Amino acid sequence: MSETTKKPPETFVEITLDGNKISAPEGSTILDVCKQANIDTPTLCWAENLTPVNVCRVCVVEVEDSRALVPSCSRPIEEGMVVSTESERVNTSRRMVLELLASSVELDRADKEIIEWMNYYGSNPDRMGNSNEVKTSKQPVKIQDNLYVRDYERCILCYKCVEACGEDAQHTFAIATAGRGFEAHISTEFDVELPESACVYCGNCIGVCPTGALVFKTEHDMREDNSWNPDNQKVTETICGFCGVGCNLELHTQDEKIVKVTSPSDHSVTEGHLCIKGRFGWQHAQPKN
Amino acid sequence: MFGVGGGTSSYKEIEEADAIILWGSNARSAHPIFFHHLLKGISNGAKMWAIDPRRTESARFADVWLGINVGSDIALANGIAREIINAGLENKNFIKNATTGYEDFVTHIEPWTLTKTAAITGVPSEAIRDLAHFYANAEKAQIAWTLGITEHHTAVDNVLTLCNLSLLTGHVGRWGSGLVPLRGQNNVQGGGDMGALPNKLAGFQNVADEKVRLKFEAVWNCKIPPEPGWHLTEMFEAMEKKELKALYVIGENPADSDADVNHARKALEGLDILVVQDVFMTRTAEMADVVLPAALGWAESDGTVTNSERRVQRTRAAIKPPGDAHQEIEIISDLAKHLGDDSWGQPTAEELWEELRTISPMHAGMSWKRIENEGGIQWPCPDEDHPGSPFLHDRLWRQPAEGRLAPFSCVDDRPPVESLDEEYPLRLTTGRVLDSYNTGVQTINYESPIRSGEALELSSIDAEKLDISSGERVLVSSRRGSIEMTVEVDPDLPVGLAFTTFHFPDLADVNQLTNSAYDPKSGTAEFKATAIRVEKLVNA
Repeated sequence: MSETTKKPPETFVEITLDGNKISAPEGSTILDVCKQANIDTPTLCWAENLTPVNVCRVCVVEVEDSRALVPSCSRPIEEGMVVSTESERVNTSRRMVLELLASSVELDRADKEIIEWMNYYGSNPDRMGNSNEVKTSKQPVKIQDNLYVRDYERCILCYKCVEACGEDAQHTFAIATAGRGFEAHISTEFDVELPESACVYCGNCIGVCPTGALVFKTEHDMREDNSWNPDNQKVTETICGFCGVGCNLELHTQDEKIVKVTSPSDHSVTEGHLCIKGRFGWQHAQPKN
Repeated sequence: MFGVGGGTSSYKEIEEADAIILWGSNARSAHPIFFHHLLKGISNGAKMWAIDPRRTESARFADVWLGINVGSDIALANGIAREIINAGLENKNFIKNATTGYEDFVTHIEPWTLTKTAAITGVPSEAIRDLAHFYANAEKAQIAWTLGITEHHTAVDNVLTLCNLSLLTGHVGRWGSGLVPLRGQNNVQGGGDMGALPNKLAGFQNVADEKVRLKFEAVWNCKIPPEPGWHLTEMFEAMEKKELKALYVIGENPADSDADVNHARKALEGLDILVVQDVFMTRTAEMADVVLPAALGWAESDGTVTNSERRVQRTRAAIKPPGDAHQEIEIISDLAKHLGDDSWGQPTAEELWEELRTISPMHAGMSWKRIENEGGIQWPCPDEDHPGSPFLHDRLWRQPAEGRLAPFSCVDDRPPVESLDEEYPLRLTTGRVLDSYNTGVQTINYESPIRSGEALELSSIDAEKLDISSGERVLVSSRRGSIEMTVEVDPDLPVGLAFTTFHFPDLADVNQLTNSAYDPKSGTAEFKATAIRVEKLVNA
């Protein structure tokens, strides 16, 4: 009763990474090898459960004989490739990307690593001018219901939500990028309100958002009244109580209350994605009254 | 299937299949994350056929949708099988090596010509032929189904005909090819695993088998009666006959969920004593003499559940149960003590699991620690070095095949118990929608922006005939009851078919209409095929 898929034996490719020889299976990306070698690499638009879209450029590395820096998240390794992740060019580029993004977008609710990377690379967004003058910073928060909130002044246009809503998971295609340059933004079809759009409220966009632009209504409300306290939260892995698929849930709780729900992106059942019931249907566990 | 109480495949396999048949399942709405795997299969090049009376949300992703007549699944499967054989596309080597009863089967399905099958099923002959060739010619093919197959009075036979198709073509027992019954609730599979079936002990071991009983009796230190118990439908019959006088209901809401629910409620009222153990004050709990408030399984309890790919996974308590609610293990152990047995003590979920491993061979290799560390394990897993079983029945491909050969089943097409007539001319079928669940107990209180509430969906032509438009109120009657509902016209519905969910019993007590006629083999009622009449209500 064992798995009888006959996969061909893996071919290994050797590259030089920051001066060290390292071999990895053919087809691996430079980022895969960096992870294997425990080299911390900043990423914004990349996620384990999404196809790389190469838009943020923060994961760039220097490859010998390549004119431009290359995105490590999508470039497959080649035999004999010489890669540098710590050169001055790389560090400058990463610092600049983070500075430019942070100069036009609020990142105070972003994933912790993003803030750490900004510190590590010495990013100083203020030198790009007063962020309040930038259009993207001036947007009202979109609150349309009690499930989730869209706060697009925190959006860096990494496309992850678009990918999760579309081909990489949900296939609902309720959102896409619209406009160009400073006008570029995430939009529903014809900019209609969310409940009128194709959205089915799976919340897989929230699951992948790195900057806090898309959050549970619970998180938004708690942040607004200063009661959101990640240090005081615990995460418990369990299985969804709806239907028989058996999706893995991570219940984030604070003071004995569920405050948000995620799913591990490395589990074969969900690959990090849920439906409306798994993501938001937990309120029967703690009725409001 | 083929002697084992579970689906044959892993979810991941459908990502690699060439042919996907979704039969009587609206997985896009009812099993959305399984459907993600299916969509990956389509992205990877698979063709998908959807077989369903309704053009469901799932069917919209299909290359071909076959709008089959309600309850004609056996006819269609027999017709497909005959065409496969007729065209010489059957897998002769597999049939010879791994199956029994093939000659009888060929004779049995001989009458099912394309023309006859088309006449019964409403599916055009060419489409039946195409599907037969498509399935038989695929290298890897998966058939997935749900309650559209099993909520019929021919439930078990419906499943057997799908098994026939897989045997005919060798689409079972290999990675990528298999049979996938999607379970409706998060631990239907686990309930079966643990022996919550009238004729089985844990690990699907027969209660009638003395050797099995002796093994369990030695561990449990008690006597196990050899006769099988009743399934749910038989229990209700026994209640009516006053043979069953006391009922202990755990986490089920039959006063809302049973077919012909008025009848069921009357039976519950006639009990001497009704005990309900639940998380909520359901309608059934409201009828009870004693209510035992329980902790919520998936968020307040430690334990295991088994999913539709036979994966045993851990649930863990994230929050404390409220008020007087107790862990279910605690309640049952306390009850044992009050009934005079002090030997149970207060076992933990882990202790119970470790005991189970000693008596259920298919779980023997799954230590509590392994389940934790490996993100769940798929049974059977006979020993600690066994990795678990992503798919079943590769034994059928060994030369010679090992174990009991897989039998073809000769089953006959039998239309729904309730036929349509002048008085009840429309066919009502029920199903789920994306944001709600069963009788609504767990979903009614979260604010879903996409919730449409109760509605009777009618085809445009039927609505026009009855002079009804969306939003208007109607009286819906079956041979068992009448309820008022609001109409929603669905231009995708075929003429003569009506659809509704059953998530909002307080708004529309749909199960007053449904038929409790059931499959004697499975005990499942025929929720999917009710004869109804719809009358417009005129505003007073």
